[in-house]
Amino acid sequence: MAGYLFRRLVQSALILLGVSFITFVLLYVLPADPVRQIAGRSATAQTVENIRQQLGLDQPMLVQYWRYLSGLVQGDMGRSYLQKTEVSTLIAARLPASLLLMAGGIGCELMIGLTLGIVAAVFRGRPLDQGLMVTSFVAVSAPQFVVGLLLLYVFAVQLGWFPIGGYGTASHLVLPAVTLGIMGSGWYSRMMRSSMVEVLRQDYIRTARAKGLTRARVLIHHALPNAILPIIAMIGIDIGIFMGGIVVVESVFGWPGIGQLAWQAIQRVDIPIIMGVTMVSASAIVLGNLLADFVTPMIDPRIKLR
Amino acid sequence: MKNLLLSTTLLAATALPGFAQDYTPDPNAKSGGEITITYKDDVATLDPAIGYDWQNWSMIKSLFDGLMDYVPGTTELRPGLAESYDISEDGIVFTFTLREGVKFHNGREMTAEDVKYSLDRVTTPATQSPGAGFFASIAGFDAISAGEADTLSGVEVVDPMTVKITLSRPDATFLHVMALNFASIVPKEAVDEHGTDFGKHPVGTGAFKLDEWTIGQRLVFAKNEDFWREGIPYLDAVTFEVGQEPIVALLRLQQGEVDVPGDGIPPAKFQEVMGDPAQAERVVEGGQLHTGYITLNVGIEPLDKLPVREAINMAINKERITQIINGRAVPATQPLPPSMPGYTEGFEGFAFDVEAAKAKLAEAGLADGFTTELYVMNTDPNPRIAQAIQQDLKAIGVNVEIRSLAQANVIEAGGAGAAPMIWSGGMAWIADFPDPSNFYGPILGCAGAGDGGWNWSKFCDESIDAMAVEADSMTDPAAPERLQMWSDTYMKVMEQAPWVPVFNEQRYTMKSERMGGDDSLYVDPVSIPVNYDYVYVTE
Repeated sequence: MAGYLFRRLVQSALILLGVSFITFVLLYVLPADPVRQIAGRSATAQTVENIRQQLGLDQPMLVQYWRYLSGLVQGDMGRSYLQKTEVSTLIAARLPASLLLMAGGIGCELMIGLTLGIVAAVFRGRPLDQGLMVTSFVAVSAPQFVVGLLLLYVFAVQLGWFPIGGYGTASHLVLPAVTLGIMGSGWYSRMMRSSMVEVLRQDYIRTARAKGLTRARVLIHHALPNAILPIIAMIGIDIGIFMGGIVVVESVFGWPGIGQLAWQAIQRVDIPIIMGVTMVSASAIVLGNLLADFVTPMIDPRIKLR
Repeated sequence: MKNLLLSTTLLAATALPGFAQDYTPDPNAKSGGEITITYKDDVATLDPAIGYDWQNWSMIKSLFDGLMDYVPGTTELRPGLAESYDISEDGIVFTFTLREGVKFHNGREMTAEDVKYSLDRVTTPATQSPGAGFFASIAGFDAISAGEADTLSGVEVVDPMTVKITLSRPDATFLHVMALNFASIVPKEAVDEHGTDFGKHPVGTGAFKLDEWTIGQRLVFAKNEDFWREGIPYLDAVTFEVGQEPIVALLRLQQGEVDVPGDGIPPAKFQEVMGDPAQAERVVEGGQLHTGYITLNVGIEPLDKLPVREAINMAINKERITQIINGRAVPATQPLPPSMPGYTEGFEGFAFDVEAAKAKLAEAGLADGFTTELYVMNTDPNPRIAQAIQQDLKAIGVNVEIRSLAQANVIEAGGAGAAPMIWSGGMAWIADFPDPSNFYGPILGCAGAGDGGWNWSKFCDESIDAMAVEADSMTDPAAPERLQMWSDTYMKVMEQAPWVPVFNEQRYTMKSERMGGDDSLYVDPVSIPVNYDYVYVTE
């Protein structure tokens, strides 16, 4: 177990190193000059050169990368080119909001997705099952921008049940979390359905029914714990998907998370922010996967970590 | 030269009365109340030496002041922190007398030392100010920007209330430059305290002071009770909520939660809003110091041939392009927008005429047309406009390949001179200050034609440059002779057709029912979206 943990940690560190290098190279070869963005349209050649030197952008790429990396391992993500503020401050101010939204989104998708999946599995082959699966397909495919605006219009503007965007209270969280959750719930309901269908075919389920247990009891105590296993690994991966999808939802609902920060930085080639957000997101994904790996054996004694 | 001398002498004599037509306070204005403004993008910084977005520009204006200012809602200069000023006959020495008793938000009184400090700060390379170049005419600018000096030799503190600024050459735009945000007066102790984070902890002399800033969510400006102008601001506070999609901001405005959506009316909702009388009456329309244009790179074949550039000018259906943006613009005939001093009234430009365009192409020996590229920023409506341009040029046999890229990439290609044609949408020139020279130097003059410059046509005509220099050697920016010279300069530019001027965007500011104040404050040429210092609420 300790050996496995060590191996996985080293692996994770290598993955993050790779992510940082690839992102850095991509930003370096990008045909857009961050110095021009800082210097503005009225700058003289002298000003442009001064800024390039001050930021060390006149150095070879590997030197620049090395400087960034040595800062990063000491916890220094640098300063934003355009805002001049420390990237860590900017991310720290916005990360809690993103994590909250992500937690809300995962909660919603599990609640909706698992329930629908179980119902569909129990009624498999019947119209209810088919209807639910079509719905889940629509949910997966619906663009979040549209879903978000639709929910906002109906539940905030027309019905007035929730605030029109913003951040701060639990009621602010509901609509963005549901918007995020709807897409994910499509995946989860399909996965839960097939996993459940598979489990319900097993001999021990028949045995349980045969010894007289109620249908509900069999479902909850025998089928569910087994069917849910593959889903747990999914949640870890989901964190990664959410890091991408969160940009759109944050923007529709005016949610002050890191997605918005990244989006604006990309527009203006603010490399320290882009790097910072990428590294934080990548860490979250790696961490999510690690967690999934360690939680699975706790629920399923058949799996052993080696 | 005679004319020039005459006008400078005249100016030296009448310097103050020339700008004395100040704003008449609104008799209906009421003090008190708070308003809410929304923006999609976060506010990057409130440091006046750094901030250069259209969004933080007006916010910084309300927090800080410079020696010069504009009469609200107009493009007319008026004295700001300077009570008066005097210009030497040769237009080289500007002596500013400061207002007594002006206090920074930290309570300290502003003096001439602060003026010197602020100008040194904005020009010193360590500050990395995008506005440093505006101060190039101050003596000693080259030394400080090359790192050879720590102070501008041309700025001299005569006594605590007097500053003398010596230029290295006459510069008609200098008073405008002193009204730019970059020339705002900042207190040294506050900058020293916060260092590079001054932009998040701004301390100025302006009508409002920063009260709260929750990154990514909200900024609150509170009224500066000690503001040096009597009676303003009217509002107790202005709250800026950031991260709001324009369409959501509009919904919130309709619910009465927002007073002014800072990003304007979203294009998809424009017709709906304007078609509803109740909403349309709360929309203020005005001109904007903006021109959208297509650059034609004179260094790339066959655009190096004048008849080809003329042909392209004639082939573009500008009316149709303005329809793509719901008619939120007027077709342009020349580089300057109509609300800019120096605009040539009555000039028709190139009329839309497909047959004449074809004839011009034939004249250049390209009757069969050619293939070229059009670079465009990839956000709506720019790709759609590029398609319209593509269709228009197809009609005269020119095949256009569209390169739709992120803003920074288009700017890079333009600066490098690699783009045959660029549609300026999303990056178009909006004047830094309301003076005709601002549309020339960086985007049409030789100075901007070098590698990385914003003159994407790479157009450089030294005789036209000489005209520009002459016009800017006059000291009175508003002198009719000077404006005539600028008008002539742009007409000369149009003879060479390095651009297709396509349209001048109009501004449409939507406000809530309770907002009061003259309409001109809602389309203030230098404060977008509104002039926060002078608007008020009626309830």
